[in-house]
Amino acid sequence: MSTDTAAPVTTASDAPARAREVLGVSRLTNTALTSWLHGLSGVDQVGAEARAASLGTRSIKTTSKAWAIDQAISMIDLTTLEGADTAGRVRGLAIRALTPDPSDLSTPRPAAVCVYGDMVGHARDVLGDSGVKVAAVATAFPSGRASLAVKLADVADAVSAGADEIDMVIDRGAFLSGDYLSVFDQIVAVKEACGDARLKVIMETGELVTYDNVRRASYLSMLAGGDFIKTSTGKVAPAATLPVTLIMLQAVRDWRGLTGQQVGVKPAGGIRTSKDAIKFLVTVHEVAGEDWLTNQWFRFGASSLLNDLILQRQKLATGAYSGADYIADDSPSLY
Amino acid sequence: MPTFEYAPAPESRSVVDLQSSYGLFINGEFVDSRGGTPFKTISPATEEVLAEVCEASAEDVDRAVAAARAAFGSWSSLSGADRGKYLFRIARIMQERAREFAVLESLDNGKPIKESRDVDVPIAAAHFFYHAGWADKLAYASLGQNPRPHGVVGQVIPWNFPLLMLAWKIAPALATGNTVVLKPAETTPLTALLFAQVCQQADLPPGVVNIITGAGPTGQALIAHQDVDKVAFTGSTAVGKAIARTIAGTRKKATLELGGKAANIVFDDAPVDQAVEGIVNGIFFNQGHVCCAGSRLLVQESIAQEVEDKLKARLATLRVGDPLDKNTDIGAINSAEQLERINTLVKVGEDEGATRWSPECELPANGFWFRPTVFTGVSQTHRIAQEEIFGPVLSVLTFRTPGEAVSKANNTPYGLSAGIWTEKGSRILWMADQLKAGVVWANTFNKFDPTSPFGGYKESGYGREGGRHGLSAYVTTGAAT
Repeated sequence: MSTDTAAPVTTASDAPARAREVLGVSRLTNTALTSWLHGLSGVDQVGAEARAASLGTRSIKTTSKAWAIDQAISMIDLTTLEGADTAGRVRGLAIRALTPDPSDLSTPRPAAVCVYGDMVGHARDVLGDSGVKVAAVATAFPSGRASLAVKLADVADAVSAGADEIDMVIDRGAFLSGDYLSVFDQIVAVKEACGDARLKVIMETGELVTYDNVRRASYLSMLAGGDFIKTSTGKVAPAATLPVTLIMLQAVRDWRGLTGQQVGVKPAGGIRTSKDAIKFLVTVHEVAGEDWLTNQWFRFGASSLLNDLILQRQKLATGAYSGADYIADDSPSLY
Repeated sequence: MPTFEYAPAPESRSVVDLQSSYGLFINGEFVDSRGGTPFKTISPATEEVLAEVCEASAEDVDRAVAAARAAFGSWSSLSGADRGKYLFRIARIMQERAREFAVLESLDNGKPIKESRDVDVPIAAAHFFYHAGWADKLAYASLGQNPRPHGVVGQVIPWNFPLLMLAWKIAPALATGNTVVLKPAETTPLTALLFAQVCQQADLPPGVVNIITGAGPTGQALIAHQDVDKVAFTGSTAVGKAIARTIAGTRKKATLELGGKAANIVFDDAPVDQAVEGIVNGIFFNQGHVCCAGSRLLVQESIAQEVEDKLKARLATLRVGDPLDKNTDIGAINSAEQLERINTLVKVGEDEGATRWSPECELPANGFWFRPTVFTGVSQTHRIAQEEIFGPVLSVLTFRTPGEAVSKANNTPYGLSAGIWTEKGSRILWMADQLKAGVVWANTFNKFDPTSPFGGYKESGYGREGGRHGLSAYVTTGAAT
């Protein structure tokens, strides 16, 4: 399971050119974006939720469960995003990422540690060249309410401190008011500020409310050059639901069919149990396909999920549940 | 490249206590047949013999009808509230023994356990709960003046939803005060016999429900029996017509729920991903052994290619195999005979020039299996667009305008169900008005509920089952004669 970052398929500067080509327009206007996004096939809420529920009834046992647990651990962006975060807490989290289960060193490492921009340096120090990435939330996370200049400075700060990945938030106000071009332009600008860092675009689906909006925001984020589309900040409920993730997986699948470019998906917030994580993996498998079943293309934004995955992993190995006392953990996050 | 193989996740068979042979359930007890020949019922997934049951003789039918007649007086004079108590009790026992029913249904029928567990058994119990609630309210159900039972009802049900069809038949009959003689299909008698045990467990008075196993001749003897007042049948149109001829000129009332060749109509503004799910659910649910299956896909030409591509990609993820595995999507074809019929019609489709496609999937060595199959390039004059295949075979046709969709959808002797996929509400209402089908689903397919009447137009039969409308088939009204 490699965590090597492929070179971004789209560089920042060619996103508008490609967008014009995809839309078939000579000039990218809000009208053109609106027609394109509103021309996407709608989502029937009842049908989408029924499909997600049926995927949730898959019964994953024994060897396939062991495989899924290890895969899920390797896909975690181990996250702490608290106002109360300290250097010590971030270092603790990063050390945990390097040795998720001290009682079983064969346990895979999470994909990344996800922190606020000012904590990137502390995480970087611990993680070094271990292969575990440092991801930073940026662009006035979680609300995104700041001027573009401030957002870009936020990104540049995190990148210069050594972030491998940037998790930006879109301007939901602009999106909901129909100003798609502004959202597009901001993503393009942030992508440019990222340089070689991979860009995850947080749509905050809990604020977009409808599945039609989730689909449109997914397409808009991919069109603007996002390397990943991500559900939520974790600060708004509902966060990552299975139906929302299903819609996003359909979007990345269809986007690859349209452009040949693969984009990752990251549900974040609210996924706390192994059982839930496995439902997401089943959905990835049956909707987007096996190509997405690596941490290169699928991540979980989570913190406490790791504890339950390790608990279940120990149970599979020993046949008995150990209990929370046997899961090494620094202070649990509220995330 | 990672592979996510699902390990086998079989539901345990240990919950089912199979006897080596079963008698007939007459007058509250299991009795031996008089002169009937025994036959074996097998698991279509493995061809393993599950049990031996009896083909009821004419004399057995006589005994069963006599038992039902004897019970009718006291059963029909019970208060509605008291009849309702029995139905509630049956419903609760069915829920308590749901896993047993589900495993037995999947064993005997071949349908995936996830369907028997999540659809057949819960909806069967729901029918008893629903009709239990009606039992003491019949006078207020707008059925007409003085609603009262017909008497003895003879019921013959098919093999595709053995327990669910039993519930559709028995629950309204009992709620309205009739007594019942029911014959399950010859290939799927076991859940009906388990239901007979439930009747005993619920202390249902002897003779109110009688269950006799057998094949066509037994059903024929029951339908033709002089002391049967009403007939209810679900099955093929050919047999339905024979029944109608048998009872013509007699006092017998009848409801017939017969075949179908439903159109599932997808407009270019449909929610495509959900429509693809609906197409899959419409024709591959229960291996396509569904009278209201959406066996004709009518898709608007402008999105035909997109729908076809997405449908094929989706079908590649279907899991065909052991019905008792919780991850199985498509189980076994119910019988060798049915498999032969599917093979014959599929061959006809190929010979007539339609393009056949199936996903790659391994099929078990024993048992009766058929890959999910899609025919494209089908036109109305192809036999696979006209005849009911009753298997996992979809015929894809295209249309250009709403009017054309309506004409093609209605251009069939059947009229059981139809599906409409569009985001435009006004079009849904307009289409539903034009389609000659008893059930029209909008942006969904194969949804069943006890409160919703179900039944056909044209050669799909007459009468309704479920809802208030379904009750009226089991009562006579007007001044007493």
